[in-house]
Amino acid sequence: MANLAAVVGIGQTKYQTKRGDVSIAGLVREAAVNALQDAGLGWDDVDAVIIGKAPDMFEGVIMPEIYLTDALGCNGKPMLRVHTAGSVGGSTALVAASHVQSGTFKRVLTVTFEKQSESNAMWALSNPQPFSPHVNAGAGGYFAPIIREYMRRSGAPYNAGIKVATKDRLHGARNPLAHLQMPDITMEQVEESPMLWDPIRFLESCPSSDGACAMVICDESLVGESPKKPAWIRGGAMRSEPTMYAGREEVNPQAGRDCAADVYAQAGITNPRKDFDCAEVYVPFSWYEPMWLENLGFAEEGKGWELTMAGATSLDEGGDIPWNCSGGVLSSNAIGASGMIRFAEAARQVRGDAGDHQVEGAKTALGHAYGGGAQFYAMWVVSSEK
Amino acid sequence: MSATDMTEIAIVSFAQTNCVGDAGAANEVELIMPVVSEALGKIGLKNAQDVDFTCSGSCDYQQGAAFAFVFGVDALGAVPPIKESHVEMDAAWALYESILKIRMGQAESALVYGFGKSSPGELPIVLSQQLDPYYLAPLFVDNVSLAAMQARQMLEQGVCSEAEMAEVVSNSRRNAAANNPRAQLSGDVSIEDLLKEDQWLAPLRKHDCCPISDGASAMVICTVEKAKEWGVPYAVIRSIDHRIETHNLGARDLTRSVSTEKAAAATGVGDGPVEVAELYAPFSHQELILKRALGLGDDTSINPSGGVLAGNLMMASGLSRIGEVAQRIIDGSIQRGIAHATSGPCLQHNLVTVLEAA
Amino acid sequence: MSEQREPVTAIETPIYLKYNFTAGEATSRFLSQVKEGRLVGQRCPSCHNVYVPPRGSCASCGIPTSEEVAVSDKGTVESFTIVWIPIPNNPIQPPYIIANLIPDGANMSFIHLMSDCVNEDVHIGQRVQAVWKEREDWDYGMDNIQYFTPIDEPDVPIERIGHMPVEGWGNADSVEGEQP
Repeated sequence: MANLAAVVGIGQTKYQTKRGDVSIAGLVREAAVNALQDAGLGWDDVDAVIIGKAPDMFEGVIMPEIYLTDALGCNGKPMLRVHTAGSVGGSTALVAASHVQSGTFKRVLTVTFEKQSESNAMWALSNPQPFSPHVNAGAGGYFAPIIREYMRRSGAPYNAGIKVATKDRLHGARNPLAHLQMPDITMEQVEESPMLWDPIRFLESCPSSDGACAMVICDESLVGESPKKPAWIRGGAMRSEPTMYAGREEVNPQAGRDCAADVYAQAGITNPRKDFDCAEVYVPFSWYEPMWLENLGFAEEGKGWELTMAGATSLDEGGDIPWNCSGGVLSSNAIGASGMIRFAEAARQVRGDAGDHQVEGAKTALGHAYGGGAQFYAMWVVSSEK
Repeated sequence: MSATDMTEIAIVSFAQTNCVGDAGAANEVELIMPVVSEALGKIGLKNAQDVDFTCSGSCDYQQGAAFAFVFGVDALGAVPPIKESHVEMDAAWALYESILKIRMGQAESALVYGFGKSSPGELPIVLSQQLDPYYLAPLFVDNVSLAAMQARQMLEQGVCSEAEMAEVVSNSRRNAAANNPRAQLSGDVSIEDLLKEDQWLAPLRKHDCCPISDGASAMVICTVEKAKEWGVPYAVIRSIDHRIETHNLGARDLTRSVSTEKAAAATGVGDGPVEVAELYAPFSHQELILKRALGLGDDTSINPSGGVLAGNLMMASGLSRIGEVAQRIIDGSIQRGIAHATSGPCLQHNLVTVLEAA
Repeated sequence: MSEQREPVTAIETPIYLKYNFTAGEATSRFLSQVKEGRLVGQRCPSCHNVYVPPRGSCASCGIPTSEEVAVSDKGTVESFTIVWIPIPNNPIQPPYIIANLIPDGANMSFIHLMSDCVNEDVHIGQRVQAVWKEREDWDYGMDNIQYFTPIDEPDVPIERIGHMPVEGWGNADSVEGEQP
């Protein structure tokens, strides 16, 4: 029943710790202009704008769509702002796509961003909540115990996370937009970096970046108005579950598995490892690659780490299912944008547009985002074929 | 894209808490769960498992905690996992997102809810941080002062009079007393008595400004086929549209609402009689602006619920306006009505929807 | 004479917003008990799981909870991490343990600190006991418990973590009431 939609333009900014040269408006406009240029279109070709970002405390601007309408050419048009915690970049892409897939609009612009240098993300994530003991756990403190439990269950070698951290930064070195440029990174370097939340070391964690990512999504009928090969949206799904409940499976969350099953069914994916040419998956801490390999059905339960250790997910090692060729969240993390960057990088791959981090002949790719206490999931499948 | 090409959407249920100045010891779950249960229960459903999609509207900064909306998920019975999303806007926009979901065929029904606990913070100051962070927010200009400037312009240009503003308030209180047991402010007060009050933030008097209220509202929507399958009465969402204007207050004519005019044209407000119009006007003079922008005549009953001047559930008030009209169609008192929601300073962003009987 | 000055490229604009937080009914009841040195959770009428601290609802069933259940201040380590980042205004020095702990009688964990232990010996299934502050320092907060410390009791096997009765190992073979 849904209309077919495609990504016809992609724009990003260079990700770095602090973009002191632009305001928040300047940052989002840069990504939007890049996307429109990539699509060969102008502001008047956009029917509606959908933005998304993580908590407003990361910049200290409440409901920023109110302030950003001028920068995004949205005066007189509809503007929506999505907020689903860390998965927001992905869910924003899905909501934007729904504007077209529902037949309501023909062509939309969607932008996600974070300019977290303007506030203090660590503070916003772990500022003392009234009536709770202040343990200053932060995101790493929350995920580390879950990772320990994965290690216990799977018997993975201690350095599976180190392998991921190294691989994703080597991928990032192929991507001029990536925040962390570490072409000479070694596993020894990662292993020797300071331990933060055992077993997560400093170099196994994502950076904090400013940046924005934008896409132009349009109806099948308008695809010919843009010069590049479209990335057809073959499926999209979202799932949520509560943060905590008795008996919650935290290592291999049900919401992630259900979300994947839904999007795979829509796109006709039966064997993810074979049917996808690559994947852009939200891995903010290294160990989440083996964990998500299992959660997303690329590997059997308990065996995700084997794919990682064998180099199956590495472009440099000629793996058969490269993950995060863009460098992933481990190389750039503008929190509100990270989900959309995954979705957009997946689209770049199937358009043959991923420059030095291109997977040869990629036809079908997965974009994945998650957020909150690993409780919100957004995923899409894009393909060069309808 | 004409409305007839798209799946017909029905509103089958609506519920709202009382609007209270301070909900006291009530966390997000305790605010949301009763109203969600009521909205679902009215049509024989139990929790979010019984609908295909859930979408909410809320604002972290209103509560003073990042991720406040995440706690709302605990009120839904989200095990097994559900399809759920959230907008950091009034729940009227969560309704919009849900309509798109249904139109694209990924859902046949949706639960929409909005909630807000404004009492912990100083809402007008909090809202000053919606403004341009480089030029305006550092001035901490509260939204009441901005509305006051707008009212000043209207009065000086002769677009309205203080008596007309007081009439809006008098109608609101009277309607609330007659029709809305959930209202915070209601009663019989004459225009003369209102005008005797001192100005508070000139030219606004205290009563020209909506109160600050804690509470939540919830709604269930579905395809018309689903409503018939459930065997429940419904109101049809004939059309819905929203538009935003420039953030630069100096570049807008604050005495009119261009975005509301655009949305009204796009939704075909004038295509039929408007028996009832529920308008999200947080300030009395803004109701006059909206009435004109929507082309409403004296044969339209405006804000029979008392509107937002009788109780302002920030982040849920827009959804409540839509629910109030839907309720009147469902119970058979009217055939056609419109509802409006707004966001941002001085009516910057406006949503209009036309509802009709089946 | 005019000075050559650098253009302004950034400004600092502190935001001060005051909030008067309320705890929510369930949390208020819980904190009133904590002030008296007691941990009291709530049981879901449908799935019978006991939540500590209670939030007034069972997140999986989506229904309100109200039945109060006293739980022990002894518990089990469900998972943990060793943290190397200091906590502002807390005397505990890194490296310290943040753990997910399930008190006996409850079915879900909460996060707290562990101390007075050998970090490398902390393990899943380990038995711990709350170390409270001095009674006169008790207030409405979980930080009445300074930290949890290991005690000399047999480890809890993986499948029993989260299913220990309020008596702990005291009455392991005769479990009163329904223990989900």
